[in-house]
Parts: sequence; C-alpha cells; structure tokens
Amino acid sequence: MTTISGHFPRLGLRGLRRFNNVSGYTVLMVLAAVFMVPLYWMFSTALKSPQQTFAIPPEWIPAPVQWDNFSKVFQEVPFGRFYLNTFFLAFVNIVGHLISVTLVAYGFARLRFPGRNILFLVMLSTLMIPYHVTLVPRFIMFSKLGMINTYWPLTLPAFTGSPFLIFLVRQYMMSIPFDLDEAAYIDGANRFDVFWRIILPLTRPALMLVIVFTFIDVWNDFLQPLIYLNDPDMFTVSLGLSFFQGARETNWNLLMAGSVLAMIPPLILFFFAQKQLIGGISVEGLKG
Amino acid sequence: MTALTRLSRSWTQLSASERREALAGYLFISPWLVGFIVFFFGPIVASFVLSFTRWNIVGSPQWVGLANYERIFTQDPFFRKAVTVTLKYAVLYLPLEVVFGILIAVVLNQKLRGIGVFRTLYYMPYIVPKVASSLVWVWVLNPRYGLLNTMLGWFGIKGPSWLSDPAWVLPSIVMMALWGVGGSAVIYLAGLQNVPAQLYEAAAVDGANRLQQFVRITLPMLTPTIFFQLVLGLIGTFQTFTPAFIAAGRSGGPLQSGLFYMLYIYNRSFESMRMGYGAALAWIMTVFIMILTVLVFRSSKYWVYYEAERKRTP
Repeated sequence: MTTISGHFPRLGLRGLRRFNNVSGYTVLMVLAAVFMVPLYWMFSTALKSPQQTFAIPPEWIPAPVQWDNFSKVFQEVPFGRFYLNTFFLAFVNIVGHLISVTLVAYGFARLRFPGRNILFLVMLSTLMIPYHVTLVPRFIMFSKLGMINTYWPLTLPAFTGSPFLIFLVRQYMMSIPFDLDEAAYIDGANRFDVFWRIILPLTRPALMLVIVFTFIDVWNDFLQPLIYLNDPDMFTVSLGLSFFQGARETNWNLLMAGSVLAMIPPLILFFFAQKQLIGGISVEGLKG
Repeated sequence: MTALTRLSRSWTQLSASERREALAGYLFISPWLVGFIVFFFGPIVASFVLSFTRWNIVGSPQWVGLANYERIFTQDPFFRKAVTVTLKYAVLYLPLEVVFGILIAVVLNQKLRGIGVFRTLYYMPYIVPKVASSLVWVWVLNPRYGLLNTMLGWFGIKGPSWLSDPAWVLPSIVMMALWGVGGSAVIYLAGLQNVPAQLYEAAAVDGANRLQQFVRITLPMLTPTIFFQLVLGLIGTFQTFTPAFIAAGRSGGPLQSGLFYMLYIYNRSFESMRMGYGAALAWIMTVFIMILTVLVFRSSKYWVYYEAERKRTP
C-alpha cells in the first residue's frame, strides 16, 4: 500500500484506498461473473421447455418457468433410485473409512514398531502412483470373485483405508500431546482405550474431513461405477446422468435439470463444511 | 532382503513390552497393510505379468511375451494419438492452471469486506461433479444454441464448433478444466498467506513497487506450492477420464482428437476386453509418469525455494 502511494502522491492515502477497493471489487465481480455464468446457464436451461431451449437468441430468463422439468427427470429415468444408490455407497464408504483410517492413523501416529517409517513412506509413495495401473487386475479379481454388478468392488476397498486420508488424520493425531496418552496408561488404560476414549474424540475435526472427502469422492466417482455396474437400477447419479446423455442427446433442458440435481448434495455439504474443507486443503498443500 | 534381516535383528533387540507395543502397532495398521497387498501391490504385480499375455477374461491367458509392447510401440496409431493428446493437454493446461490459479489467489488475497463470498463463488465450480460439469460445458459449447458462441456473436465473432471440430476439442477441454481452477486457487491462497509480511515491509522500505514485490518475493515464496501442484497436475492429467468420456465421447471424439490416454486404456481393456493389452498400456503410463515425476523433482532444486533450507546456513 505504502509503495503505491509513492507512485500516486496526488491521490492521498484515503483516496488511494478507495481507488484500490473499487478496482479490487471490479476485478472480483468480473471474475465471479465468469465463474457463475455457466452455472446460471445450466440452471436457466433446466427451467426451459424444449422450444425455449433451442430459441435464438437464447432466453436469459425463461418465461414461463418449467419447474416440472425436475419431476420429469424423476419420471424419465430412475433418478430417485440413483440418488438412493449413491447415498448408500457414500454411507458405506464413510463408515469404512472412519473405521480403517482412524485405526491405521493411530498406529502410525502413536505406536512404535520396526519398519514403521518405511511402511509410512511406502504408503505415501502409493499416492504418487496412479491407481489406474491396478484397474485391470482389480477388475479381473472382482470378476473372478463373481462381484461384477455388485457394490462390493465399490465399497470393500474403503475398509482398508485411503493413504491420503490416513496421512491427513495421522498428521492431526501427531499434534495431540503425548502426555494425555501417558496419563491414561498410568490410570490403567490399554491401547485401545487410549485410541477410543482419548485420541478419537480429539480427532473429531479431522474426521469431519474424512466424511466430507469420502462423500465427494464417492459422489463424483465415474470410472469405477462405469466399469463395475451394468444394471441401470444400481447406477450412481454420475453414471445415471451419463447414461441419460447417451439415451436422450437432445433433451438439454432435462439433462441440465439432472445436472442441477446431481450437484445439489455436494453443494449443500460444501456450504456446511466450508471452513474445514478450505482448512483441510491447506493441510493437503503440505503433502509435497 | 537386507531390509528384512535388519527388521528381524531389530525385533530380537526389543524388550517384551516393546514387542507388545510393536504387535499392537501392526494390528492397528493391518487394515491398510491388507489393502495395500490385496488392492495395490498384488494388482500391480499381476498387471505386470498380464501385460505379457493376451486375454479376453474368458478362458485362460495366453503368454505372448513382448508382443503387446511391440505392437503398442510400432503398430498402434491410437497409442501415438493418445500420448500426443495427453501431452498436448498437459502442455496447454498445466501452465494455465498455475498462472490463473495464482492470479485468482492474488485477487482473493485482498483485504476487502465480503471476500469470503467471492472465495465461495470461485470455488463452487470445483464442487460440481465432473459428469455434471462436463455436461454443462457440452451445452455451453453447443455451436448453435450454446452460451459461448451466443456471447461471441455479440462481438460479431463466429465461434468455432468446439467439440465437433478436431482442432478445438482440446482447447474446449482445457477451458472446462480451468473452470475448476478455484480448487487450485485456494491452495495458492494458502501459500500466499504463509508469506511473512516483514518481507513486503522490508521491500517497501527499499522502494520496490508492487510488481517487483510480486516477482521477487511472492513468486519465489510460492514455488513449493507451484511444485506440489505441478506434480499432482501431471499425475492428474494422465488420469483425465470423465471430461474426455462425456465431452469428446467414449471413442475420443472427431478424429480421436480427445482420445486421452486413460480413455484409451478404458477402451482397450473394458470395451474390447483386451486385458493384457490394457495392462501393458497402463504399465507404460505408470513408468512414464514416474520418469516425469522424477524429472520434475530433479529440476526442483533449480527453481523451488524452501525457506527451511535457508535456516540451515546462517
């Protein structure tokens, strides 16, 4: 600030601040418009009739507004079913992650055992290798187990944790003072007590992140449901939406209504967990 | 082997209580250990073996030696296309991601009232599920009725046919990805906020202007974040699947101009059910990513500035 006033001495400090604020807000507004316009376009198309959708020039505010597009989506494709399926998968994955990630993170954060550092490094290095190398053999494994077109391939791995989430929770646990563990041991607690009664309650903010990240991952996952699920009744929202695209290429109003429906749950979650999310992202930033 | 003997030697040196603690430790991390072996290490080894076979999943795999690799490198035009498309995308997208990510972070770093609202607005596109955001963009980029060509029309520009024009497929997908740049901007913002204020104060005293401060202080202090984003971005580029599948189409769009590498692996493995060939493609990608990552890491000492290092030499 002070340096700029050196270059614009005539403006004076207060005038300069006002100048900076006005230009600052202008830039912010223009960028906001750029980011929001596609979302607006999606939302307005979702409220148009087929004729309105293909009007030239486009109707910016659809008149009349077709609210029943949203109910049409549920009639044309089993969208309610997709919703339920995805919520179910998200729930099971969250449970799986909560169990496995906390246990493993506690092991790495609190207990000493030969090979701990090497194993931890191995775990971190798996983050650098794209999991897609494992896609084909995983598919073969699950198909030999007769698990194609079931939810097993989409849920079972969650019970073995996720390296990134384990890292996140472990870092969080490392910040809890060891004195607490020691005091509990003196009081006769065993290791599981310390984990369950002391560390876990204190790790709650990190567990919120586990829930949010897992939900978003499951909700967005496309490739795995695409590979493993054949039965439309088992589709997730993402898979169902792409299926809808293939079946009705030109019904853009309904496709956009479906897209709006697909983004609502993660958006609601985002508004509730915004603080944790953005904080968690800066933790993610430490990973490298 | 040496690691194992070292491990067993250190085991014998442990006291009884230390051994109990170690056993508990292995027990606690066992979910990950099992997952690592069953879902990661095992499949990677299996994938390597599979890449020397021909197998359509029914029947038994047939050993073909290096035939898959030979075919990929000498006779497969789609492989070359997929590599070119993916690399072109990386060269187009990654620098833009860094530039826009930092610029938006700088804009968001202003101390203005209501800045949190803008941060939310910029971040929102990143939250939209990939399938939905890809669909939105296919519609935005519709040559006749789409938003973008309508807006270009206001200025008398006749927009291209984007996703139906081989020359414009990749730029379209880059644009789609940049819509989600708010996700990176937040990470750069965290980096910006970690830059100590004294540095700017000192520079101001020395008479440096804002641009000089940005180039001499902000950018060097951001290099660790840029580095981190580049490594992740590189790995992510090779995994790009959903936008290509939705926007370009499952076979890669006009003239395969959107045939991303991952899309090609998917096509070979799961559409034409050639498991061995798909595994070979995946292995090539993995080795390639590892080489690239090592190169980026190697290069990092020339351009990444870690403050912690400075503290070592007084």
